[in-house]
Amino acid sequence: MAMNTQGRPTAPTTPETSAPETFTGNRALQIEEALLFEIGRNDVTGVDFDDPAPFTERLGKHARKSSIDLPGLSEPEAMRHYVRLSQKNYSIDSGLYPLGSCTMKHNPRINEKMARLPGLGDIHPLQPLSTVQGAVELMAELGRWLLEMTGMTSVALSPKAGAHGELCGMMAIKAAVRAKGENRNIVLVPESAHGTNPATAAAIGFKVVTVPARPDGTVDPEAVKALLSPEVAAIMLTNPNTCGLFERDVVEIAAAVHAAGAFFYCDGANFNAIVGKAKVGELGVDAMHINLHKTFSTPHGGGGPGAGPVVFSERLSAFAPLPFIRVEADGPVLVENESELQAGETPFGRMVAFHGQMGMFVRALSYMLSHGADGLQQASEDAVLNANYVRAGLRDLMSQPSGDRTCMHEVLFDDTFLDGTGVTTLDFAKAMIDEGYHPMTMYFPLVVHGAMLIEPTESESKASLDLFVATLRDLVMKAKSGDVERFHQAPLYAPRRRLDETRAARSPKLKWEKPEPWSEAAE
Amino acid sequence: MTTYFTKDHEWIRIDGDLATVGITDYAQSQLGDVVYCELPEVGATLTKGGEAAVVESVKAASDVFSPVSGVVQEVNAALTDEPAKINEAPESDGWFFKIVLSDSGELAELFDEAAYKAFVEAL
Repeated sequence: MAMNTQGRPTAPTTPETSAPETFTGNRALQIEEALLFEIGRNDVTGVDFDDPAPFTERLGKHARKSSIDLPGLSEPEAMRHYVRLSQKNYSIDSGLYPLGSCTMKHNPRINEKMARLPGLGDIHPLQPLSTVQGAVELMAELGRWLLEMTGMTSVALSPKAGAHGELCGMMAIKAAVRAKGENRNIVLVPESAHGTNPATAAAIGFKVVTVPARPDGTVDPEAVKALLSPEVAAIMLTNPNTCGLFERDVVEIAAAVHAAGAFFYCDGANFNAIVGKAKVGELGVDAMHINLHKTFSTPHGGGGPGAGPVVFSERLSAFAPLPFIRVEADGPVLVENESELQAGETPFGRMVAFHGQMGMFVRALSYMLSHGADGLQQASEDAVLNANYVRAGLRDLMSQPSGDRTCMHEVLFDDTFLDGTGVTTLDFAKAMIDEGYHPMTMYFPLVVHGAMLIEPTESESKASLDLFVATLRDLVMKAKSGDVERFHQAPLYAPRRRLDETRAARSPKLKWEKPEPWSEAAE
Repeated sequence: MTTYFTKDHEWIRIDGDLATVGITDYAQSQLGDVVYCELPEVGATLTKGGEAAVVESVKAASDVFSPVSGVVQEVNAALTDEPAKINEAPESDGWFFKIVLSDSGELAELFDEAAYKAFVEAL
């Protein structure tokens, strides 16, 4: 079987509590907020509707016989409920968020202002194209910037996130392979890859073969060459890689891959480190997704819309999915249907119903235009500088898996410095929560034992980085001085203490159920 | 009955043509608490070194490979409800599946207990 070599402990610890209990269960501003279903009532609403005019019931046997028990709250109750929940969040707006590989950078407010302009915020995908020419032009402009920065030939704006972009890129590669009449079905993926890479390849029917990493976490071109064959369709490589290092042999790898008749997919998750510094097209990349929420400061997650545009080299451009923007003499045109295709355009299909996430396109372009070419370049430089500032501040106390060397936008530590202390990477991360920081990425990349991957981003000031470094230094000293209990019990000050991850995974409660007396009374 | 081991940390206990397969104590200790496991279908034909089962701990999902080629005769269905058995008794109650060997010659390529022990100590 494949092994868990990350060294992550999974047995829960049971922390002792020391603060006295309060009557309400609240702890000052940490409010114990009940679930909506527990506080809502059937007879309360924040909105008054008039009774409907007399009507004839035509549902017959489909008419509902009992209440569906939707919880009702008055407006102030609803407001409090969601504000209290939001206060439990940690976000980039509340503090440093050093999750490696996630690029938790500041989301400039000018992006929000632009996205709310009525001509961009209040339009609908089904509006006639003639009424949204400004939006089409904005998409064309965003695409132009992305192509300029990457040195690529065409772009698919529609994918909704990074992994969706990977899928788009790999589907284009599959289409290109099949168009040549070939049946290649192997995709090479380095050990250090994001888990989505092998998942994407497998999802569309490729067989994944793992490329072993060198001791420093980079990919050895000789290892790639040894695996190349007429069966290999593509390699999926992240550059800079997940260890925060630039793959120096990327050009040699690309040449070997192309010589073998295969394609080079680049995972663009870490593009933010090289914007304005290196064009991936010149490195030999055939397709790469760009996480607009990482590199170009659109908001992360929260269930909201994402965008993961994919750029293609000349070898793949013909296969880019619908819809796409064709720049014609009198302006950009949104090509939505197969009937509008011209010679040489052979899209593999489409990824989504419409054109993609307009709101994210506006925010990303706003970020680009407000920074300008020089500003984007400086953002890359500052991201790398900040990561190296953290590295320099911690290198004497914490251990790096491949020695102390200049990193890109993120710095990777392993858990060697914790050897003999009884403190694990997980404990260390939990103790950071007590200090008011979101922990760094831990136990990833998998090739490093007890990995701690720190990405401060360019958003942080020197003062902010100094405090962060000082906090981590203090924690390391405490771990080394034998103050182990605080680590095993951490987090002590979070609304919930150490969670039992095993129980959560073995017997998850995924659905709210009525308490017994209530359900009996209802029957 | 003889027990053999693989470098991928499966054990296989031979009883005539029938063999019982599971993961080793070392494997469960490295995985941490197992929360889910997916067993092969009874009647499935497995090949030596091919994927046979999937085991998932709190953080890692891993493939379990078949140490030999053959046909699955029985699976330990109790693991579906109680994956914790894999942690508690990996080399007895936590067995994964029973397989009818198609080529007992394949056993010669596996570790015996002493060789596996030496292999793990060297890790």
